[in-house]
Amino acid sequence: MMFTPDVWEVIWLSLQVTTTSVLIGILIGIPAGAFLGLYSFSGKRLIVILIYTCMGLPPVLVGVVVYLLLSRYGPLGSLDLLFSAEAMIIAQVILVTPIITGLTMAAVQAKENAYWETAKSLGASPFQLMVTIIKEARGGIWSGIAAAYGRAISEVGAVMLVGGNIEHHTRVMTTAIILETRTGNFSGGLQMGFVLLSISFLFNSFMMVGMLNQMKARKR
Amino acid sequence: MNRLELQNIAVTYDERTILDVDHISFERGKMYGIVGPSGAGKSTLLRVINLLEKPRQGSMGFFGTQVELSSLTHASGLSIQRQMGYVAQKPSMFHASVFDNVALGLRYRKLDRSQIQALVHEALQYVELSHLANQRANTLSGGEAQRIALARALVYEPALLLLDEPTASLDPSNIKIFERVIQMINLKKKTTILMITHNLPQARRLADVCLFLFHGRIVEYSETDTFFSRPACHELQDFVSGRMIC
Repeated sequence: MMFTPDVWEVIWLSLQVTTTSVLIGILIGIPAGAFLGLYSFSGKRLIVILIYTCMGLPPVLVGVVVYLLLSRYGPLGSLDLLFSAEAMIIAQVILVTPIITGLTMAAVQAKENAYWETAKSLGASPFQLMVTIIKEARGGIWSGIAAAYGRAISEVGAVMLVGGNIEHHTRVMTTAIILETRTGNFSGGLQMGFVLLSISFLFNSFMMVGMLNQMKARKR
Repeated sequence: MNRLELQNIAVTYDERTILDVDHISFERGKMYGIVGPSGAGKSTLLRVINLLEKPRQGSMGFFGTQVELSSLTHASGLSIQRQMGYVAQKPSMFHASVFDNVALGLRYRKLDRSQIQALVHEALQYVELSHLANQRANTLSGGEAQRIALARALVYEPALLLLDEPTASLDPSNIKIFERVIQMINLKKKTTILMITHNLPQARRLADVCLFLFHGRIVEYSETDTFFSRPACHELQDFVSGRMIC
């Protein structure tokens, strides 16, 4: 496999779809997870069970549901998003948001008692309290983001269904691997897989460097 | 109203009564010592006052503001909470510098940078730890951390300071500094102080008034001299004379 403009296009779209969906997942998942970790309310247990269940959502199922919602006769058919990068992002947001929410909740709960009481007794408003605890729990939250990024970039079932693997339009690395394999070009598929793994390795290295710097700063 | 008042406070866990206070008031500017055996409800009393724990029932008059504690939310109790400082037996230091830890309460109150700078340095001077301002708070010794926790609680000049066995694990030199600071702010700023302690000589040394809690009830409440020299109830007589009570 050569790094032709077509290959770069596939890599670039993969990064765009994955990063956008993880960023949206962060915007939803971190506040939601922090809220669930900090506060008790009726129905919380059910919500927590649902989140943990959704952390293991089958991508193909998500793909089918998003496909039906976005198909011409579906409730969101008028948006004309099926077989687009936006549809792939929607599917991936559904997959990664529960992961970020669940792991943020666990990280916040681990820090909760002593820090919650200290921040509250110092006069933190509910919002300030949440921000303080998120800062304290950032190590665990980074892990959640890394897990979500790994899931998103390696995901194939949902993006294949709602994106359609259309060349120059919705082809990403994972769907390109499937295509290469189906056409008997195993070498091309493996090389694309290696590129995917390398991106994942680089992303996790950046995360690890950030976390190590944080740990060093804590020890200083 | 220049007092803190509690009425009909009841805290129960699984049908077990932890705290049962009909009425008690604390005058502004006085220092109160709270003593009693473990499990008597002392910490629960402070946590209820500091709005960290919601009682089953009860109301509080906070220097003129009356609140129903059982229905108070975090947001609705915020203006009262911001007039209190709290130091626990084991301080929790946030993963930041000593300066940032002490500044936290001021940042919550949205004070400007120059005010924060000045107030934090003043508070650090009180506890004699100005030289540690830039050090990571989680590298402090136990005694230093407790003095920083005190600076963090008094930096925003609370009307009420709640201390839950703050010197229980400190060495004599740290205890001396800690006691000097709370005496000074009690005198200078007229801060009302409620301090739980198992150290009876400390209560005798510092408090104007002492309370004895036993099985969730306040069974003795009197001026410190009377409290120790002429205790009325036999549980307190046993407690101050070092006999076992349960």
